[in-house]
Amino acid sequence: MIKFDIQNLKLYYGDYQALKGIDLAIEEREITAFIGPSGCGKSTLLKSLNRMNDLVEGCRVVGKVLLDGEDIYGALDVTELRRRVGMVFQKPNPFPMSVYDNIAFGPRTHGITQKHKLDEIVETTLKNAAIWDELKDRLKKSAIALSGGQQQRLCIARALAVQPEVLLMDEPTSALDPISTGKIEELILDLKRRYSIVIVTHNMQQATRISDKTAFFLLGEVVEFDETENLFSAPRDKRTEDYITGRFG
Amino acid sequence: MARSRFDEQLAQMQSSLIRMGALIETAIAKAVKALMTQDAELAKSAIDADDEIDDMEKQVESMCLKLILHQQPIARDLRQISTALKMITDMERIGDHAQDISEITLLLADAVYIKTADTIPQMAAETIKMVSDAIDAYVGLDREKAQAVIRHDDVVDALFTTTRGELLDLIRADPANGEQAMDFLMIAKYFERIGDHAVNIAEWVVFAITGEHKSTRII
Repeated sequence: MIKFDIQNLKLYYGDYQALKGIDLAIEEREITAFIGPSGCGKSTLLKSLNRMNDLVEGCRVVGKVLLDGEDIYGALDVTELRRRVGMVFQKPNPFPMSVYDNIAFGPRTHGITQKHKLDEIVETTLKNAAIWDELKDRLKKSAIALSGGQQQRLCIARALAVQPEVLLMDEPTSALDPISTGKIEELILDLKRRYSIVIVTHNMQQATRISDKTAFFLLGEVVEFDETENLFSAPRDKRTEDYITGRFG
Repeated sequence: MARSRFDEQLAQMQSSLIRMGALIETAIAKAVKALMTQDAELAKSAIDADDEIDDMEKQVESMCLKLILHQQPIARDLRQISTALKMITDMERIGDHAQDISEITLLLADAVYIKTADTIPQMAAETIKMVSDAIDAYVGLDREKAQAVIRHDDVVDALFTTTRGELLDLIRADPANGEQAMDFLMIAKYFERIGDHAVNIAEWVVFAITGEHKSTRII
């Protein structure tokens, strides 16, 4: 089933056109990877899926992005959109507060105040993010004191705490060592059972390891979109081939 | 060019593969010439050549594994390197068969041949061409040439069937021909197998070009 149906999406930053009519269908409970050279529009498209680009001055969007058939640039409430479509960034960005409060932050914002409910959400969420065993005795400690890999998994957990449907990840492991990267990749694969995931990555091997489908972007367009194994074993477009084999970009 | 070092290493691997191909073509040519002229020295030289072929297999294998380790190839690079790894196994077997033929030649060095089997040099010529074309197809990524090699196996199979029939007639004519006929049948079978190995190579070349092996996507 299609989770996000992107139809002829054009995005402008002032006079500059960053997306030139994107058509793309993001399947539910799949991992979709966006790849492409810097400045190709992949992060712009990712951010437009939960309207993070609204915050950029001069940003203008034409076309449609349907989430379960509903236009996110139409009547859908932006706060509700961002609850349903969570985001994890390149650099871990835990709030300067305790592990517990990081996770409870979102649910509190959405009106949950009872301690036992928050306790339950924190435990379940950290378990879902496969980091409960590591953090259960450090819930009151500052999240800033965690390692980079733990911070990033905490950020994923924080995104999960408001029970989203989609997770957007913008190069979530690019600042991490191979062990932490491996743990996050395992987590992403595990999360696929419950969430639809879109990941921007510059790591071709990572895209091949974890994603079901891959879209290759170039100059604001999707050049090729296919099953990941097809795209990385026998791409149809020479520009894809040249990029993924490192011959340009 | 962003990956000139990689391309250079890939080219080196391919030139080693071409060299291995030239060695096996020479080995088959020597084997058949030694057989037809009952030249024991040439047969020994064909047998000795197999060591060099085995060394080349190890060399190409090592180059491919290092390319995988260092470059983590994908797409056409992955297909070309994995194809080379598969090809060298068949190429090494072809070298073994040239050696096998020459070992029989040594056994027959002093014998009076029951028949000058015309089909045997024909099989040698056809299989040398198949091997040569299969490797050319790899280097030039020439799908049509690879498919022609696959089709050409029918010619070698037909020559084998003809040879087998002729040898059977010789045994029927005089059972004393049986021992030598069996030797020639073995030789014909080795050539037929060389043809099969050339087909295997060509099938992997098609994979290197299209991503499909025997019409099936395997990645």
